Amino acid sequence: MSNEYALAVEDLTVSFDGFKAVDGLNLYVDKNELRVIIGPNGAGKTTVLDLICGKTRATSGTIRFKGVELTKYPEYKIVQAGVGRKFQTPSIYENLTVLENLEISFPRGRSVFGSLTFVRSQDVTDRILEIAETIFLSEHLEEQAGLLSHGQKQWLEIGMLLIQDPELLMLDEPVAGMSVSEREKTAELLNKISQGRSVIVIEHDMEFVKRIAHKVTVLHQGKVLAEGNMDAVQNNPKVIEVYLGH
Amino acid sequence: MDGYSISELWSILVMQGFSGLSLFSVLLLMALGLAIIFGQMGVINMAHGEFMTIGAYTIYLFSKVTEQYFPSLMPYYFLVAIFAAFAIAFAVGYLVEYSLIRHLYKRPLDTLLATWGLSLIMQQIFRSVFGAREVSATLPDWLMGSWQPTPDIDIPLNGLFVMGISIAVTIAVVLFLYRSNWGLKVRATTQNRIMAGSVGINTKKVDRITFAVGCGIAGIAGASFTTIASTGPTSGSLYIVDTFLVVVFGGAGSIIGTVSSAFSIAQAQSILTFFLTNAMGKVVTLMTIIIILMMRPEGLFTSKVRK
Amino acid sequence: MNTFYSKWLGGKKGVIELAVLAAFIFIVLPLWLDIFRLNMVGKYLTYAFAAVGLVMVWGYGGILSLGQGVFFGIGGYCMAMFLKLEASDPVSTARQTTPGIPDFMDWNQVTSLPLFWEPFHSLIFTLIAVIVVPGVIAYVIGAAMFKRRVSGVYFSIITQAIAAILTILVVGQQGMTGGINGITDLKTLHGWNINSNSAKYILYYVNGALLLGVIVLCKYVLSSKFGRLLLAMRDKEDRVRFSGYDVANFKIFTFSLGAAISAIGGAMFTLQVGFMSPSLIGIVPSIEMVIFAAIGGRMSLVGAVYGTWLVNYGKTAFSESFPSLWLFLMGALFIGVVMLFPNGLAGLYNSYLKERLEKLVLKFKQSGLFKKLNPVKTELQNEQ
Repeated sequence: MSNEYALAVEDLTVSFDGFKAVDGLNLYVDKNELRVIIGPNGAGKTTVLDLICGKTRATSGTIRFKGVELTKYPEYKIVQAGVGRKFQTPSIYENLTVLENLEISFPRGRSVFGSLTFVRSQDVTDRILEIAETIFLSEHLEEQAGLLSHGQKQWLEIGMLLIQDPELLMLDEPVAGMSVSEREKTAELLNKISQGRSVIVIEHDMEFVKRIAHKVTVLHQGKVLAEGNMDAVQNNPKVIEVYLGH
Repeated sequence: MDGYSISELWSILVMQGFSGLSLFSVLLLMALGLAIIFGQMGVINMAHGEFMTIGAYTIYLFSKVTEQYFPSLMPYYFLVAIFAAFAIAFAVGYLVEYSLIRHLYKRPLDTLLATWGLSLIMQQIFRSVFGAREVSATLPDWLMGSWQPTPDIDIPLNGLFVMGISIAVTIAVVLFLYRSNWGLKVRATTQNRIMAGSVGINTKKVDRITFAVGCGIAGIAGASFTTIASTGPTSGSLYIVDTFLVVVFGGAGSIIGTVSSAFSIAQAQSILTFFLTNAMGKVVTLMTIIIILMMRPEGLFTSKVRK
Repeated sequence: MNTFYSKWLGGKKGVIELAVLAAFIFIVLPLWLDIFRLNMVGKYLTYAFAAVGLVMVWGYGGILSLGQGVFFGIGGYCMAMFLKLEASDPVSTARQTTPGIPDFMDWNQVTSLPLFWEPFHSLIFTLIAVIVVPGVIAYVIGAAMFKRRVSGVYFSIITQAIAAILTILVVGQQGMTGGINGITDLKTLHGWNINSNSAKYILYYVNGALLLGVIVLCKYVLSSKFGRLLLAMRDKEDRVRFSGYDVANFKIFTFSLGAAISAIGGAMFTLQVGFMSPSLIGIVPSIEMVIFAAIGGRMSLVGAVYGTWLVNYGKTAFSESFPSLWLFLMGALFIGVVMLFPNGLAGLYNSYLKERLEKLVLKFKQSGLFKKLNPVKTELQNEQ
């Protein structure tokens, strides 16, 4: 039964003008699991996330999240079902303050009229402060988001997802452009937030992957090449072939 | 349709279809220029119609000068004048790109407004120079008359000529884009501006030439236009909405798309115009396009890519 | 009361803005101009509704509608239909072949009132229709386009085509719409002569009050989370979408709001000017409305009013003496506002005038005369 999994992706295929970016992919992610997807450039990693969150529509196959079929849902419904997605380049509202960025992401007043009558009540403020604390930005609440450092922007985007309390969190290269100490903190952060939810991370930095991954999936040419714990994957001859062979 | 026999109806259809082809030819030439510019730079030139008017007035001037001073050359002037129409529209386009458009590439909506302002100014210049009344070029004799394949069917020669020009220009554009070195640069810039720049293509120059060529083609459209209608300061602006729709409908950056969408729009309009009123024919055509566009916003001929 | 002050009026800065505008409309202009000119300004101020609508749709929503005249026109036509029916009572139209229907229908051999005219016998229906009909049309257009992610220049071109279609349709269906001449000879509103001088004064003030009311409403919308979402959408639309918002709905609402606002202007136009015609709904008037908003500053609600007034004032002044020069100037305005001062008058004010005004205020305060005047300065600076 796939219902045991938080996320069950089966036979997922998408083709762009005949080119299969993702080809018959199967992927199962447990609750409380932190899964890392690695693979060479063009392996289809980002496309898989795009498919799950509805940015790209699948040609065939199914994506079930907590038993609910997502492939036909519009993006906002996928989010409301509990899937959060961080983009490769930090995607935050540069002209708004950190606080406003978090407030907009707060899952209330999401309809037109809801947003017209939304008020920043005490529970909203409390939650914003709590998240700001988690993502190390308590000191920067009133700052304009565009002025943050690259690493801080990455954190802010993670925070904007956390405030929605998603059950599946997908992060595309969360430590890109971060300093060593920022990476340390992010690893801690990820370990902390993977409790009580599933997390999928795309990452290139193997040291970082080692620190956070419960299980690693290697993608190659849109297919799963190998899956397992970090050691097994690293010693898999097929993986070595793909990474070093050409 | 009461009152018409089958053969008459057929003749009407052929003739209406043919008048649709004349409209198609002008629309196609207008749209080709606009499509190249829009496809490459993502800006829409609201003054595109005025470049057509430039071409039309060029023909008018040539015809007047030839008639006045070199009457013996009357049969030939038109061929020279077409090139002049292209050259002048090209030159003005080059200038406009340099002084206006290039500052606005990142702001497509603002380009829309600025070029609208430009079109107002150009229209007023035409009005000041040529007067508000419509003028007609004196056409060479060989463009007059018609061809009658059957007694009922009457196909004007100028229409045939206009179609010839459109086909020639379309082929030239295809050759320019797909067979010339310049075309390669243009396509490279369209697909990936930054990469094109980093492999040594002067993308700014490519933009300028592309824009100017697009305007030049509008100039040729204006030349064709003079053979089927008279020219006024606002002649170009009458075609602009249709032209936009042709481009959007065909899918930006697709020549086959532009050709087939110009064809279907022109034919639909021309045939509907006969059976409904002039206005309703146009309304029905435009409405249909908009409804189709709502269902397929990316146009008819675009391929699916990862965005 | 406190939220009313900060959210609806926009705090101290907002109140000052509104007060200045109100003084300009309600005091300065009426004292300065005779009733003929004032009525003309009243006409300009009806266009300001469209411009305010565009500030919302284009300035904040990032959607450039080149068909704003469509909604202005529909609002105007709704009102005109009511007034025309009142002017076409069987007694005063007794000489027609078919008495009791508008004169232009009679001239076009229409023998009975078209069905869609019937409800416009009722003023209440008309007043509702003025807002609801354009709102619903905008909703349908918006839903069809935004749900399918049509945006940018595509949207602009399609709205322009819609303006073209509507014009052709209205002109073509002479018997039902009055054709190119429009609906003319409007006289009374429930027996009240709208052409009298006193009526013109009253309508001018009603118009001004409605305009201010609309601006306050827009201020509220912009100060709510909705307003911040609009800004967020212009910055990173995908992020908003993947934060669980149905982005299309927000655009549809903004577009419909802008349409309804323009339509109020159209209805007021009909009342003040006494006719409605296709010349106000086509491509040209629609894009001129954009320039009104652009001149005022595309992100400034009050700026839109000044922009509209200024451009139209210029147009009238120039068209009277140098008609050909006006088109050059208009063209130059389009180019200039985009190339040189994209934030319009509001931008110019912020970058040049504001500092001087602040210095003046400061001098006043230091002179001891205005001890009680609160420091406007910090608040204004925060705005930058």
